[in-house]
Amino acid sequence: MALLDVQSLSVDFRTANGQFRAVDRVDVSVEEGDVLAIVGESGSGKSVSMLALMGLLPWTADITSDCMRFDGTDLATADAETRRRLVGRDVAMIFQEPMSSLNPCFTIGFQIREALKEHLDLSRSERQRRAIELLEQVGLPEPEKRLRAFPHQLSGGMSQRVMIAMAIACKPKLLIADEPTTALDVTIQAQILELLLDLQKETGMALVLITHDMGVVAETAQRVSVQYAGQKVEEQGVQALFAEPRHPYTSALLAALPERATTRHLPTIPGVVPGQFDRPSGCLFSPRCPHADERCGREQPTPADASLGHARCHYPLMAGVPRREAS
Amino acid sequence: MSRSVIVEARDLSRHYEVSGGLFGKASTVQALSNVSFTLEAGRTLAVVGESGCGKSTLARVVTMIEPPSEGTLHIDGHTVDAGEPLDASARAALRAAVQIVFQNPFGSLNPRQTIGRILEEPVLINRPDLSKSARAERAREMLELTGLRPEHYDRYPHMFSGGQRQRIAVARALMLEPRILVLDEPVSALDLSIQSQVLNLLVDLQERLGLAYLFISHDLSVVRHMADDVMVMYLGRAVETASRDELFLSPKHPYTEALLSATPVADPTHQSTRIRLTGELPSPLDPPPGCAFNPRCRNVQADCRTSRPPLSPGDHRVACFHPV
Amino acid sequence: MSSVDGYSADSADGTGNVASVARPGRFREFWSYFRENRGAVVGLAVFLLFVLVAIFADVLAPHSPTEQFRSSLLQPPAWQTGGTSEFLLGTDAVGRDMLSRLIHGSRYSFFIGVIVVVIAATSGILLGLIAGFSRGWVDTLIMRLMDILLAFPSLLLALVMVAILGPSLINAMIAIAIVLQPHYVRLTRAAVLGERAKEYVTSAQVVGAGPLRLMFVTVLPNCLAPLIVQAALSFSTAILDAAALGFLGLGAQPPTPEWGTMLADSREFVLRAWWVVTFPGLAILVNVLAINLMGDGLRDALDPKLKRS
Repeated sequence: MALLDVQSLSVDFRTANGQFRAVDRVDVSVEEGDVLAIVGESGSGKSVSMLALMGLLPWTADITSDCMRFDGTDLATADAETRRRLVGRDVAMIFQEPMSSLNPCFTIGFQIREALKEHLDLSRSERQRRAIELLEQVGLPEPEKRLRAFPHQLSGGMSQRVMIAMAIACKPKLLIADEPTTALDVTIQAQILELLLDLQKETGMALVLITHDMGVVAETAQRVSVQYAGQKVEEQGVQALFAEPRHPYTSALLAALPERATTRHLPTIPGVVPGQFDRPSGCLFSPRCPHADERCGREQPTPADASLGHARCHYPLMAGVPRREAS
Repeated sequence: MSRSVIVEARDLSRHYEVSGGLFGKASTVQALSNVSFTLEAGRTLAVVGESGCGKSTLARVVTMIEPPSEGTLHIDGHTVDAGEPLDASARAALRAAVQIVFQNPFGSLNPRQTIGRILEEPVLINRPDLSKSARAERAREMLELTGLRPEHYDRYPHMFSGGQRQRIAVARALMLEPRILVLDEPVSALDLSIQSQVLNLLVDLQERLGLAYLFISHDLSVVRHMADDVMVMYLGRAVETASRDELFLSPKHPYTEALLSATPVADPTHQSTRIRLTGELPSPLDPPPGCAFNPRCRNVQADCRTSRPPLSPGDHRVACFHPV
Repeated sequence: MSSVDGYSADSADGTGNVASVARPGRFREFWSYFRENRGAVVGLAVFLLFVLVAIFADVLAPHSPTEQFRSSLLQPPAWQTGGTSEFLLGTDAVGRDMLSRLIHGSRYSFFIGVIVVVIAATSGILLGLIAGFSRGWVDTLIMRLMDILLAFPSLLLALVMVAILGPSLINAMIAIAIVLQPHYVRLTRAAVLGERAKEYVTSAQVVGAGPLRLMFVTVLPNCLAPLIVQAALSFSTAILDAAALGFLGLGAQPPTPEWGTMLADSREFVLRAWWVVTFPGLAILVNVLAINLMGDGLRDALDPKLKRS
């Protein structure tokens, strides 16, 4: 049984200008020990889907799903009590801006011990010991000293390590990392990613990495799920995705990478991601797709099967060419 | 083909006094130390580095948002000397020579001005001789040049996406027909698919208008695509300067090497020889003695801790006693 | 040469099958947030009514506010025994029609609110801009001055000023404006400090904007939201303070039908002729409440952090 099983998750926001569908029938499934990367640009809904799982969305969000199970527990129908027990203990999340994810009024030690107190039954001295242990595990030098420090005294990299320490405090089965290194410098990014992967191997926990950086995906993920404008458009193993992208969006995204540039001009994807007010009636990518035809603009595609990377496309790519035959 | 040197910077330095509060003593932050470079028309010099390396300060000094504390800057025939304040006419002339595009597309445009007004403002302030219609004409031309549409003229910034706003920022920077554009992380805040649109625009404009770019970025893959020459900075100093191909193929400074290896490659089959850099980036308030990189360097030796290596002469310059 | 495929900057391309919904304007968005707060909408409605009454006072009032009907002194309102439909809300001690006086009084209150807010806001915003932009000793001087002003109980300061300048409505308004000013200075300065750090201000400087242009054209339009809210709330404070001064005999002088002054005249009749005291008091209460509700709604609707979309 999958550790995390989400089917057809949709999130709608009630805004001043009507309903906005931020996540549209997304499936996510994670096994134990898996490393899944969810890739997308802004507006893809990648963060929102994970926040919906954790119950961290504002009251204006309407969450619907066919199935939303974590480790056997149905998250959709769980009451607040059950949810609170799960979230933070078995499922943990770290965020993009480590400097602002920590409470500036309290010491690091206080915040880590708070996380421990909430979920585990330990005495005070045990909590202190565990906190030091955790900081060592995440590679922070002089852990006792750090426990007494305030967040503003730490650098970005150190703060992120503290966040990771808090997240793994209760030995979670699943760690969701939402753009954990985007706000960090390149050399620090490499350290943090390495730390996450080491921890993952050590503890056997599953890791969901949300990012927009294809380089990070290539170096860390085992499986990749690509999202566009709130929908999942492709999911494949990482080698397969980079070698043979099935969805035109994935293919265009990879082509647009500066490191793949062969000419002075980079290949681009014309247009912008559809927002609240200009959603196409057919395939969401059709206005920008170089292979789109009349059917694409009219009819919403359904996901293909696993051999074609579950591509949400009428004509998934085979060796870079759309497969145009009756599906 | 000989190109004209438009910018020449010699030993640019910039420091700040930081007060120690009521009871502490003041300290100096050396944000920029002895940075020298030349920039020619139609070429791009990329400046790379991480937080605290001084690249943003360099951008501000070259654009004259802040004056240099030491050193000289020659821009398009005018000279900016540290300690000698500029008079109004020199300032105006320099303004028309150097302009800047900022990183954040959501903060660099005035939310309460229409695009038309945003574009016209530089001309309104600096060319009072131009009539209203001439200004508007010029603004519309610039809209077209940067890939925007005429109906965007009357709209407000919040109606545009990040990529479009960066185009508007570029358009605005070009209104005074500068010869140099300082681009401070112009695509870092943009999505990948939009990034390539803006980069293509920059390439075209450079070809068309013969602009010199000072391109500041932390993203080495973008730098590799855009730059002709690269300068790597660490804690306010240039540690390596070379042509783009030289730098990427045979980096000489251990920091450059580490930076290149730390950059993730979008290829799962790529075997990375990862050079693990330990430790944190140093704070400009408390620089390490000797070579600033010595606490984290894998080649470190005794002399690195006591004295600071100078930048070697030549085409491929490196500040290291024991280059790779 | 117009743009090529490399960087076309708009959405619908290719097949053009876009279900386009026009993006609503800023005002409509503001209105939909404002509308959610029922109290604010009621407040707005009452305020608009008040404005209309003030404008059309001459037409609406059945009698002149200063005409004394000697034969109908202290007549109770129409629904009580002894009242007539000629004087719907009764008359006061010298026979003036309450309803007409109340209607004309709205003019004075509105006048007071507008003038006070205009004076306080103008000088307050100016000082705030100067303080926020100059920093250094100018900033310190201005803020310490404002701190001193704030330390005085507002009514006391107004009293002192009026006592020096002499009791009249104009002097009362000036006094109240001076007392309300520090709020604008602080708000403006805080907003200026916040906006100054932003890149569009640096952009304007790089392009050559001088300090005046930076202050008024670049930064000020972006600081308006909290100032608008403050203006709305000061309106009610001004009316209240003017009424208080009038009650103390230091504001508008009789026979001006200003609501506070009307209260002052009628203290002694609280038991005998309740209508002479109650109606002006109610008028003040209702209007101040309406404006405060409206101001709260404005603040919630204009605060970008509370925005949901």
